[in-house]
Amino acid sequence: MIPAAPPRPSRPVWVLAGLCCLLAVISALWMWQGLGGGNRGFVLGLRANKLAALALVGVAVGVSTIMFQTIAANRVLTPSIMGFDALYVLLQTALVASLGIAGFAGLPAAAKFLSEIALMVLLASLLFGTLMLQGARDIPRMILTGVILGVLFRSLAGFMGRVMDPAQYAVVQAASFASFNRVNATLLPVAALVTVLAVLAAWRMSARLDVLALGRDAAVSLGLRHRAVVIAALSLVALLVSVSTAVVGPVAFFGLIVAGLAHGLTRSASHAVLLPAAGLIGATILIGGQWLFERQLGQAATLSVVVEFAGGLFFLYLLLKGRIR
Amino acid sequence: MIEIRAVSHQIAGTPILHDITTRLPEGRLTALIGPNGAGKSTLLRLVGRLEPLQAGRISVAGHDIATTPTDRLAQVMAVLGQQTLIASRLRLAELVAFGRWPHHKGRPTAADRAHVAEAIRTFALGPLADRFMDELSGGQAQRAHIAMAFAQDTEWLLLDEPLNNLDMSHARALMARLRALVDQQGRGVAVVLHEVNYAAAWADHIIALKDGRILAEGAPDAVLTEDLLSRLYDAPISVGRHQGRPLVLHHA
Ligand SMILES: Nc1ncnc2c1ncn2[C@@H]1O[C@H](COP(=O)(O)OP(=O)(O)OP(=O)(O)O)[C@@H](O)[C@H]1O
Ligand SMILES: [Mg+2]
Repeated sequence: MIPAAPPRPSRPVWVLAGLCCLLAVISALWMWQGLGGGNRGFVLGLRANKLAALALVGVAVGVSTIMFQTIAANRVLTPSIMGFDALYVLLQTALVASLGIAGFAGLPAAAKFLSEIALMVLLASLLFGTLMLQGARDIPRMILTGVILGVLFRSLAGFMGRVMDPAQYAVVQAASFASFNRVNATLLPVAALVTVLAVLAAWRMSARLDVLALGRDAAVSLGLRHRAVVIAALSLVALLVSVSTAVVGPVAFFGLIVAGLAHGLTRSASHAVLLPAAGLIGATILIGGQWLFERQLGQAATLSVVVEFAGGLFFLYLLLKGRIR
Repeated sequence: MIEIRAVSHQIAGTPILHDITTRLPEGRLTALIGPNGAGKSTLLRLVGRLEPLQAGRISVAGHDIATTPTDRLAQVMAVLGQQTLIASRLRLAELVAFGRWPHHKGRPTAADRAHVAEAIRTFALGPLADRFMDELSGGQAQRAHIAMAFAQDTEWLLLDEPLNNLDMSHARALMARLRALVDQQGRGVAVVLHEVNYAAAWADHIIALKDGRILAEGAPDAVLTEDLLSRLYDAPISVGRHQGRPLVLHHA
């Protein structure tokens, strides 16, 4: 009567299989629904590009939020609420300001992106590593610090924008607002590569993330190299946030919905289940949502607003319910 | 043996431990006693490398904790802190199974599962194995955490106030279980205890801490005296005898 193994994994397996099917159906719908006579090859190419971008962002947001919540030991935070994407926007702005628009536009997109994310990983793991390793026990203080950091980064970026010339500012502005409609397609190949590598690395960490989720004391007692794992996980979060911010711009609360759904649907504490579930859910919501708004409602630009609004409500709900852990 | 040499510790400039040097004998049950704020938890956490060592040296069964890799130390000692809160939603059996992590690093074998099953049986948690941790009572959760440390199957077991939340019979059962670990398997056990009579009844060796210093250490008969306990707790305490062991009375 005593289970020799942890409880059966059947539920998570079914959930993951179901999510895969759902994503496949929605992707097929996105690609082939309402495909007119005209230049099918051209339209399919456009659609495939956008599908890839939405999927990338969905996966990046889902996986990074789950990891971040494990590091922070609570379910109300997302990297964006803590100011990760604001930091990325600030970096971009600083880059434009220092290189000038000619230098900025002159750089090859991939090289520029890679140097941005390298800088981002360095800064984020330094800054948030210190914050998480010091203040992890005081969650309200950590939320407050993160929100303040976010505001600080945003206003710094805004300030730089104000003092730079209008042409430069236009370049920055395009990068600082979320839009699922106008995705930055030039970055897709390199963004896809970075996402795939980061997600694989996260997946390989999943057993260590399970231990990390027990809290610092238990993790250290079990021999986890706590600091190293936290820094490594934060670096992956920084990579994934850079990808999603570069491709569609900052999204603050979307990750919260994705992580909430992943936890609720799988009811598992195993990251080997949670990470893929969150990735699948993120991609499905974005593709399905964009399909609905762009093709059915003719409101191509509204998805980001709706997603953020719903996510914001969910955030309030979690706070009001006292579900901080 | 756990060897503590010249260990001092401060938090935010306030000294918490002053130049502690002592030994915890191997194959014995050592109790740490002392008033609130004496530094018992701090000392235990330093030994268990839950806090970084600031000054002095500590070795556990010959492994210097400052230089031995932390995953190796996890095969030598299991530490259970005073506060045990977990954020993730785990079932009891899943929590206990984590005790085997230092041995399998994510790939449990049949032997690991057997250890987990044994730990669950030992602490009479079988009927609760499928429950979520946040649906357990304080004492049940406490026993689950102890079972996890127990499943780690290490030479040393360090427990900070393991009797917290436990009723009389479970407290007794736990002390008997620790005693059996010491007597039958030759393990070393260090426990922080508040109820001095548990130390009187079950411990081989007692270390009494006050204000970050060792006030006394030795066998129960030597440490649990009226004079010493009254000084330790700043209250009049009388000591009788029961079944050949000291019995501490603190009713005024
Ligand atoms: N994070 C902290 N910041 C400041 N002081 C601390 C901190 N943690 C512990 N202390 C102080 O260190 C001293 C020793 O604390 P410790 O927890 O080791 O005591 P203890 O003997 O375990 O007490 P108790 O019986 O209450 O558990 C206390 O005076 C306490 O106030
Ligand atoms: Mg204590």
